[in-house]
Amino acid sequence: MERNLTHIALFAALIAVLGLVPQITLVSGVPITAQSLGVMLCGTVLGARRGALAVLLFLVLVAIGLPILSGGRGGIGVFAGPSAGFLVGFPVAAFVAGLITERMPAPVGVASLIGAALGGIVVLYAFGISGMALVIGKTLPEAALLVTPYLIGDAIKVGLAAAITQGLARVRPGSLLSRP
Amino acid sequence: MLTLTSPVETALHRWPAGVKLAALSVASVGVVAYQMLIWPAAVAVAAVYLLQGRDFARHGLAMLRPLWMIVVILALWHLWTGAWAAGALILARLVTLVALANLVTMTTRLDDMLNLLERLASPLARIGLPPRTLALAIALVIRFTPVLLAKANMLHLAWRARSARRPNARIVLPLVLMALDDADHVAEALRARGGL
Repeated sequence: MERNLTHIALFAALIAVLGLVPQITLVSGVPITAQSLGVMLCGTVLGARRGALAVLLFLVLVAIGLPILSGGRGGIGVFAGPSAGFLVGFPVAAFVAGLITERMPAPVGVASLIGAALGGIVVLYAFGISGMALVIGKTLPEAALLVTPYLIGDAIKVGLAAAITQGLARVRPGSLLSRP
Repeated sequence: MLTLTSPVETALHRWPAGVKLAALSVASVGVVAYQMLIWPAAVAVAAVYLLQGRDFARHGLAMLRPLWMIVVILALWHLWTGAWAAGALILARLVTLVALANLVTMTTRLDDMLNLLERLASPLARIGLPPRTLALAIALVIRFTPVLLAKANMLHLAWRARSARRPNARIVLPLVLMALDDADHVAEALRARGGL
């Protein structure tokens, strides 16, 4: 019980830190925040339930006014902004990524790659695009067009999430709560 | 850790957090449901900001800065398609709703938000989440975000000492390990003090 709680809390903090550290250069020279990498890792490392709860906890802290969303954003206003759909989709994305990593009868690298891709891209973008279409009064294809530039960065993050999860399975298999 | 609450003390700071959130919900639903309310609401929100003084209004404007890109894109989009009136309406609605929600964040202290959250979350005790556990989880995140951030910065420094290239995503794995270790240590410490 204590372990569940502290893992959920520490991974919520990890999402915040990955959004606040801008210096990580994913593609040559282009700094992208790694916040959605944190969301994927919550799922692939902690598993479906704990991962989703960690992301929910992070969102609660954003809502009560801590500037821990990438770019130092926070407060209730972000849930009325154009990326609100992505925020709502975050916990679901972590849940799906975790569920697939837990259940898929495949090596952990493969399972977490598919989990992160389905959760962090398919599910997350479904929520994100719907949210954006609602907020800015556009059709779904038009909203989809607006978010496509981010797809490249997120595809890279999916690969990173899988690589990190596999690395963790190698150096510290006991820590990978999604595959006990 | 700094919060987004405005240091400029206003009359709105003294309103109960629950009242502000309820008013925000009603106003937001109203603006979304009735298009003719958008412009009056926009003017009213701007007036409320300005009434709190220049510093407060400037802070409010800074809080809207993350929207600039979508505002520019939408403006160009509607200039291109010629649907100006519709575009203006969409922009006004977006900025008004975000500004209104920011107003609640800027005038409500973290303590007040936490108290309200604890009250709102008390029914969750029945499905296995006592308010104390939630409060402890929130406190842990607030405490450990700067701790993890400091560790991330140390990893950066260590990287820079070894390599001429900029740090890349390879420092995320050690950071995840540090988070996992901290989680285990804190869990042990909690259990040693009688558990949850």
